[in-house]
Amino acid sequence: MTETGDFIRRDRGRHPPAFTPGYKTSVLRSPKCALVSLEQGPGEKAGPVFPRSMLAPLDNDLIRNFGTGGEAIGERIVVHGRVLDECGRPVRNTLIEVWQANAGGRYRHKNDGYLAPLDPNFGGSGRCMTDDEGRYFFRTIRPGPYPWRNNGSDWRPAHIHFSLFGEAFVQRLISQFYFEGDPLIAKCPIVNTIPDPAAREALIARLDLAQQMPFDALAYRFDIVLRGRRQTFFENL
Amino acid sequence: MPVEYLKETPSQTGGPYVHIGTMPAVAGLPVRSQETLSVLAGATTPGERIRIEGVVWDGSGHPVKDALVELWQADSTGSHHAEGFSGFGRAAADFATGEWSFETVKPGSLPWRDGRPQAPHVSILIFARGINIHLHTRMYFADESAANAEDPVLRSIEQVGRRATLVAERTRKNGVPTYRFDIRLQGDAETVFFDM
Ligand SMILES: [Fe+3]
Repeated sequence: MTETGDFIRRDRGRHPPAFTPGYKTSVLRSPKCALVSLEQGPGEKAGPVFPRSMLAPLDNDLIRNFGTGGEAIGERIVVHGRVLDECGRPVRNTLIEVWQANAGGRYRHKNDGYLAPLDPNFGGSGRCMTDDEGRYFFRTIRPGPYPWRNNGSDWRPAHIHFSLFGEAFVQRLISQFYFEGDPLIAKCPIVNTIPDPAAREALIARLDLAQQMPFDALAYRFDIVLRGRRQTFFENL
Repeated sequence: MPVEYLKETPSQTGGPYVHIGTMPAVAGLPVRSQETLSVLAGATTPGERIRIEGVVWDGSGHPVKDALVELWQADSTGSHHAEGFSGFGRAAADFATGEWSFETVKPGSLPWRDGRPQAPHVSILIFARGINIHLHTRMYFADESAANAEDPVLRSIEQVGRRATLVAERTRKNGVPTYRFDIRLQGDAETVFFDM
C-alpha cells in the first residue's frame, strides 16, 4: 500500500505480437488497431490480493491433489524458482496457478479429445504462493508432448502453463514453460510466436540435479520475472 | 553501458484448457475450496447489484468460446480492497455460445493520477487460445454519460468514434440491471485495448 510508483513500461518486443500467422488461431483473434498507450491509474497499480488461507494442503502437489488417494503416473519432478520483478525485488505472497497435461499428453478437460488415456489419479491443476523471498515450488509429473491442429499435426513440447498476479493488475501474466533439452521446443509454432531468441530461452526450465529428491523426484528450476515498479523520486509533482 | 534490469518473462497464450488451472470446475474437475468465480457481490454487498454480460467476437464474427475473462473493479464507493469485496472476478465463455457474465455491484468513481475523477468503470482482461498476450480493456456505463464525457482515459483515445466501443448499454434482465459488453477483436467496431 505504501508503494506508489508506476510500473516500468512493458517491453512489447519481448512478448509475442498479437498477429503470428504461424500460429493459425491468432489470425482472427489479433486486434488490428494499435494498443492505446496510457499511464497507469490507481486501479491499475492495485490488484487482487489472495489470502494464503485459500490454499489447501495438497494444492501444490499435483501427484496427489486429484484426491483419489492414488498417485499420478509419470516422471516425478519438483519445479521451483523465484519470482522477482524487473528491479530484482522478490514478489512476495503472490498466487501462482499451474495447469498441464498428464504424462501421456492428455488434459483433463471437457474439450480435450486426444486419444491418449486419462490418468485416474491426475487432475493437472495446482497452485501455490511465493514466500517472503519470492520462492515457490510444486511437485508434479513431467507432462507429455501432444499433437494439435495447426500445420497439420504439429506437436507441443512438454510444457506447464502458469499464471501470476503480482501486486498490480498491470503485472498480470499468463505463460508456459518448457524443459531443457526438448527437441520439440525449437519446432513449436507457439514458442516461435516470440521473436527474440533470448526471450524464448527465458521460458525454459533448467535441470537442477542438486535439488532433486533422492530416489524420488528430479528437480527443475524456473525463475519468473514480473514488471518492475519505478521509484518515485519526485512525488506529488 | 546503461543500468541493467531483469527482463519480464514473455507471455504465451493461455490456450484452450486455461480453465484447468484457473476455473477447474468449468473444465470438469472437482470444485476446490474458495474458488474465484463470476459472482463478486453477495446480498449484503453495498451498492447497486448489476449484471455484466457479453461475448468476445473474433474477426470473422464468430464467438470466442474458450475465452477466459477477468474483471477488476472498485467497490461502490470507488475504493479498492474494501472489506468484504475483493473486486476481482473470473468468468469463462460458454463452450456452446461464447456468452460470459458477472454478477457484481456498480463501481463508484475513483480519481485518475492527477486527481481528476474517472467515470465509473471496470477493467477487463481477455485470455484465449490464439491470444498471445492478454488484452486489457475497460467497460464504462452508458447511464453515466456526463462522467464518461469527462473521463481522462476515454478522452485520451484519439479516434473519438472508438470511445463508444468501451461503453455498455443498460438493459434489464429478470429484473436485474444488465450491461451488455460485446468485445470485438477485429473489424470496424474493434474494441479499444490498452497498453498501460
Ligand atoms: Fe498446453
